[in-house]
Amino acid sequence: MKEIFENEMKLEFISKSTNEAFARVAVAAFAAQLDPTIEEISDIKTAVSEAVTNCIIHGYENKQGIVKIVGHLRQNEIILEISDKGKGIEDIEIAKEPLYTTKPNLERSGMGFTIMESFMDRMEIESIVGLGTKVTMSKKIKPKLEQEDEDFKMFTKC
Amino acid sequence: MESKFYEEDKLLVFTITEEIDDCSVQKIRRIADYEIERYMPKRIVFDFDCVTFMDSAGIGMIIGRYKFASMIGATLEIRNLNASVKRIFEMSGILKLVLVA
Repeated sequence: MKEIFENEMKLEFISKSTNEAFARVAVAAFAAQLDPTIEEISDIKTAVSEAVTNCIIHGYENKQGIVKIVGHLRQNEIILEISDKGKGIEDIEIAKEPLYTTKPNLERSGMGFTIMESFMDRMEIESIVGLGTKVTMSKKIKPKLEQEDEDFKMFTKC
Repeated sequence: MESKFYEEDKLLVFTITEEIDDCSVQKIRRIADYEIERYMPKRIVFDFDCVTFMDSAGIGMIIGRYKFASMIGATLEIRNLNASVKRIFEMSGILKLVLVA
């Protein structure tokens, strides 16, 4: 059965690094419907930027291809699928390790997946060598009331 | 990005004014390396006060400039990091290498 989402969007663009800013701002605008905090928006933007950079630099290795983003909103959660039809990842576990990079000569830090994992609640990678890679990540946006409660708790603690 | 060189202190200050991602670091890197080679400073400072966004490309950029600075015997300092920029630098461990103000 197909999952029912409250909102959905699809975004496709050419694998040019100038589109990284476009992609993260577009996703941030979509996520804004959940009324996130500035910090939550910043986390989502960073994760999107990392994923899109990976598609461009590693997936397509700067050759032209299409990067696709599918976004879903469900209750207070944003789910993002960011995919390319590039070269794929041979060993996902190694690729996920902090500081691991296949392109150290380009001053890549090897922190992309680590940042996606820690800035989002959940991240999964599916990849087939020669066919492409899809990263699925999601983040729950805290309802504002809960946050106010927490702020209040923090306040009363002091 | 803007840069200013203070001759008396051999101090070179870069003020980054753009969002830092894989796209913009290519330009930042080119300008920074050009200016460092030109002035051969003793102290290099990157000011992040106007940076509203940074992803992991910023880590690679600073590590690269740190190596360059070490090679010419200069120190590297990063200053005015906002919370999200700081968090990304913290994750990379680079704050153990460079000076933070």
